[in-house]
Order: sequence, then structure tokens, then C-alpha cells
Amino acid sequence: MYSRAYKAAVTIPPLVWVVAFLLIPYTTLFCYSFWSVSASQTVVHNWNLQNYVKLVHDPIYVTVLLRSMMIAACVMTCALLLGYPLAYYLSFYATKRKDLLYQLVIIPLWASYLVRGYAWKTILGTDGVLNGLLQFLHITHRPVEFLLYSPFAVILTLTHIYTPFAFLPIYASLEHVPRNLVEASHDLGASPWATFRRVVLPLSLPGAIAGATFAFVLTFGDFLAPLLVGGNSGIMIANIVASDFGAAFQWPIGAAISLCMLLLVVTILFSTERLERRLKLS
Amino acid sequence: MNTPLAQAAASARPPAQEPLLSIRVVEKRFGRRMVLRGISLNVAPGEFLTILGESGSGKTTLLRLIAGFEQLDRGEIWMGAERLDHLPAYRRQVNTVFQSYAIFPHLTVFENVAYGLRAKGAPQDEIPSRVNQALAMVKMEEFAQSSPSRLSGGQQQRVALARALVNRPRVLLLDEPLSALDANLRRQMQIELKSLQREVGITFLFVTHDQEEAMALSDRIALLREGVLEQIGSPREIYGHPVTAYAAQFIGQTNLLRAEVRDGIAQAGAIVWRSFGPPGLMMFSLRPECIRVVPPHALRLTPDVSVARFRGSIRNQTFGGAMDLLEIDCCNSQIIRARIPDPGPVNGEVEFEFEAKDATRVRETGPEN
Repeated sequence: MYSRAYKAAVTIPPLVWVVAFLLIPYTTLFCYSFWSVSASQTVVHNWNLQNYVKLVHDPIYVTVLLRSMMIAACVMTCALLLGYPLAYYLSFYATKRKDLLYQLVIIPLWASYLVRGYAWKTILGTDGVLNGLLQFLHITHRPVEFLLYSPFAVILTLTHIYTPFAFLPIYASLEHVPRNLVEASHDLGASPWATFRRVVLPLSLPGAIAGATFAFVLTFGDFLAPLLVGGNSGIMIANIVASDFGAAFQWPIGAAISLCMLLLVVTILFSTERLERRLKLS
Repeated sequence: MNTPLAQAAASARPPAQEPLLSIRVVEKRFGRRMVLRGISLNVAPGEFLTILGESGSGKTTLLRLIAGFEQLDRGEIWMGAERLDHLPAYRRQVNTVFQSYAIFPHLTVFENVAYGLRAKGAPQDEIPSRVNQALAMVKMEEFAQSSPSRLSGGQQQRVALARALVNRPRVLLLDEPLSALDANLRRQMQIELKSLQREVGITFLFVTHDQEEAMALSDRIALLREGVLEQIGSPREIYGHPVTAYAAQFIGQTNLLRAEVRDGIAQAGAIVWRSFGPPGLMMFSLRPECIRVVPPHALRLTPDVSVARFRGSIRNQTFGGAMDLLEIDCCNSQIIRARIPDPGPVNGEVEFEFEAKDATRVRETGPEN
């Protein structure tokens, strides 16, 4: 049996952490979302639903929110399309080069997010590497402008940044597929493709769902990539929150947006976790 | 002459028909290690053949070569008129029962058994009846809709068997399928497996390290040692006439006697018996149950080397139900083990005898390198 002192020492720190860094900030955020800003630029504690009404009625918020979800969905799809085949190859076919390839996937995570963002800016810009190459090869005569400062640039940059996050859970789940099941499938007359479809894919689905969730949720809340390479047409919902809490001084509406995002993300996390658990059980 | 003995003698003979499966001078190495050296083996249709060997003898590798999970380095494997070793695993008409069962955890028992039929595109309306029939064969019908995670090891074993047999393979490969079961269940499954094989008439190629299991089940045993086929024959044949000292020791218990043979007489220490064949230093195998106690006042009327007699004191006596195991200490620290029915308490020096024909000449050498 553990002493009271030991129990207290173990339970109190996480409790303090949760209260100080989660409970208090979120309660504050929750309160702010029902307040408003007066003409004299001070926050007035008059409880009302105006911020939420504005969110629904002002098309800018709905547009940017939908765009953020669209970009998140695109990044998720790209990360899955890149991450799954890579993880599958690494787990099932790479023999000697397995460790090396694995490290090559992981190493970009060690480089700063900002560095990678700026790198894409240099590659995609009007006097960037890609445009230089296109003109050198005489494919285009003047710089192509849609490359940078567009949703496309955001999707490209975030796919690069978040694919390793999707790759890791997929790889882990593929590594846990017992190899004798693959042999059993071949033994029963299933071709390699049928074996993948009927054994490997179903058994690695929980990992794929976890990877997709990572890519979607991380992209959805991202504000640096749109800031660096998004331009006006690439603005995402988190940029609006950032400006509301910054130069715009619209803390109440920023808080309301944050809470909506939080609700959305928590819903996604809960439902995917339930889905994963059900897949693992059956 | 349809006695059990005559039947046994018939099954001891090498198969006369065209072999179903023919393994020809197969070699396999892992890196620098030679796992199988020049294995040649014919399997007759409907035969229950056991590949017996210690761990590391290459028995599982041989099975995996036939299933198509490993590629051989030299040699050929044929099934009838079809060359097997060039085909991928999923095109071979063999099915495997894995040691670890390898049941698909995400499919029901029914879907596990239906897997092979669906993979090969069997007609939809045929699948349910064939699956249920296969499940009935292994007495698992009531579990059809269960998840495999709810099944015990023995039940998973049955599902694995049904999943393989439902495809009506020409050869069923079994890789130590009973080794994970406890002793009682194991004996029960042995009996069921044997009757199942008779029922379906499919050729069984069974891998085990358990010689008792091999003797109980097999029509023939192929004894593998360090990648070399040591001896192949019916259990009775190998037990009665082991070719090497290794075979004699591995299949059943035995006494190995090193004897000097001269002028048709073999002499090992104080024991002397008649032995035809070439002279020189020879190894003999003498089964413990071939030794008898000489009744106290029996007289040897005529000098007779067809029966060997020797005296010894009992060093150890172990009760074994129908037979006691005696450890007899002959002079100069030669220990002979004898299995004697109901000897009662044995004390002091006793005289024993055995028929000279029961001492079998065996080769001493292991596999040539």
C-alpha cells in the first residue's frame, strides 16, 4: 500500500497542471466569448450571444472556416496518399535500407517549422527556384504567380510538414500486422493485391485513421503556413483568431471562434477514437 | 492374411503408385548456413507422412519450401506433372496449418474458413454449405459467427484445420500444429487428426519434433537431421531396423552397444552374441524390451550364441505401469537399460538374455559434411 504522502505527491502535480493550463484558460476563453468590445476599445462584461450570431451571419467567417476544413481535408488526403504507400513499402519490402529510410522520414521533423515554411517560400516565389527552373526550361516565359500565396501553396507546405505525423501511426500499425497472416492469405490462394485488400489494409486501418486525424487536426489549427505562403486567398481560420487577439483587438469574437474550433476538433478526436477502438475489437 | 501385422507390413513398403509430391535433391541455405542438403522424398497420394527432427534440423524449412514461403537454392519440387517450386505460394494446390494457427483476427470463424473459397472465386451459393460442412468436420459449427479472439487454442486449431481442408488441397501441410496444446488435448487431437485424414483421404505432410506423435500418426516417417534425410520408412520399420545410431536413439529408447565382430561372433564387454555380416568394430542397437530375465534355475542345455546371456546388478528400477525400466550395471561400468513386464522387486546379481537377431547393426556416422 502507498502512503498518503506518496499518493498526494503523485496526483497533485498533474492536477495543478490541468487546472492552471487547461481549466483556467478555457474558462476565461469561454467567458470572453460572451462579452463584447466597447467603442472605447475596452472589453465590456455584458453577457450576450452577439459573437456567435455574428459568426453564423458574417460570410467571411463561414467562408474561411469552410476553406480551412477544405485545406485540412486536402492535406489529410495527400498525407495519406504519400504516407501509407511509404509506410507499407518500408514495413513490408525495405529490408536492409529500412532503418535508413525510416530516419529519412523522421529527420525533417528535427528541422524548425519556420525553416521549412521559408524553404517553400523560396521554392514557390516569383523569383523562386521553381519559377527559375520553369523559365530556364522555356516552359513558361514569365514567372507563374499562382504557385505562391494561394491555397495550393498552403496545402503543399502543410503536406510536407504533416506527412511524417501521418506516416508514423500507419507505420506502427503495419509493423504490428502478423506476417504469418500474410503467409496464410497467400497459402489460401489470395494474390498479393487481394492479400493487401483483405488482410493488411483492414488490420492497419486504425493506424491510418489515427494518421489522418493527426494531419487533419494539425492542419485545421495551423496559422504559420498560411501566414508565410498563403496570401489573401490562403487565409485560414486560425489566422483570423490570431489577428482578433492581436492588432484587431477583438478578443470576444476570437474567443468564440476558438471555442467553435475546439468543439469541432474534440468531436473529431472522439469519433475517430471510437472508430479505431471498434475496428480493433472486431 | 488381413491381420494388423500384415497391414503394417504393407504400409511399410515404399509407395508403389506414382508419387503425388516429389522433392528432388533440394538444397536451401540461409546466408552461409546450409539448412537442407540434397533432400529427396516422394509422397504417395493419401499418405500420412511425418517429417521428424529436432529443432534446427530444417524440417519447417522443408515445409515452407513446399508451401512456397521460401525459395529453394537447388533442386526441384513436383506435384504430379506440375513443377511447384516456380509457382508463387497462392498458385499452389497445397494448404498449410500453421503452428501459431494464423487465424485472421478481423474476420469471423465463418469468414476465416470461407477465405480460401472466396480468394479462388468459388461460386457464391456454394460457399455457405462448404464452410458449414468443413466446420462440422472439426465440430465447430456452433462457433461460425464467433470472433476468433473468443476461441481457445484448441478451438483455433480446429478452425485452422477447417480453413485449410475446405479448399480440398492435394497436400495438407501441418507445421507442428499440436505443439501449443496441453498433453491431454494433444492426444485427443492426434486421434481426431488421424481419423480425419482417413475420412477425407487427403495427403498429410506433418512436421513434428515429437517422436511419439510421429509414431502414433504416420504411415511413414522421414527423419531429418541437420538438413540431411537420415532415414525414411514406416514407424515399425525405423523402430525395428534403424539405419543409424541417431535414428535408433531418436525413435524410441535404445541401448547402443559397440562390439567387436569376428568370425560371426559379436562381443561387447562381457556380452557375446552371434552376428553375421562384415567383421570389425560395429555399433548395435538393442531395444530395452528385447531383454528378458533368465528364470533362476534355467539351464542352458546346448551352447547357443543365438541367445546372448549376461549378468548384472540392478542400479535403478523405475515403475512404469505395464513394464518396469531397469538399469543394469554389467561389469566394467557398462549400463544396459531393459524394459521388463512385472518383474517384482529385483535384488542383487541377475542373469539376463536377448535374442541375437534383436541386436541391430547401425551406422555410427552422422551426416557427411
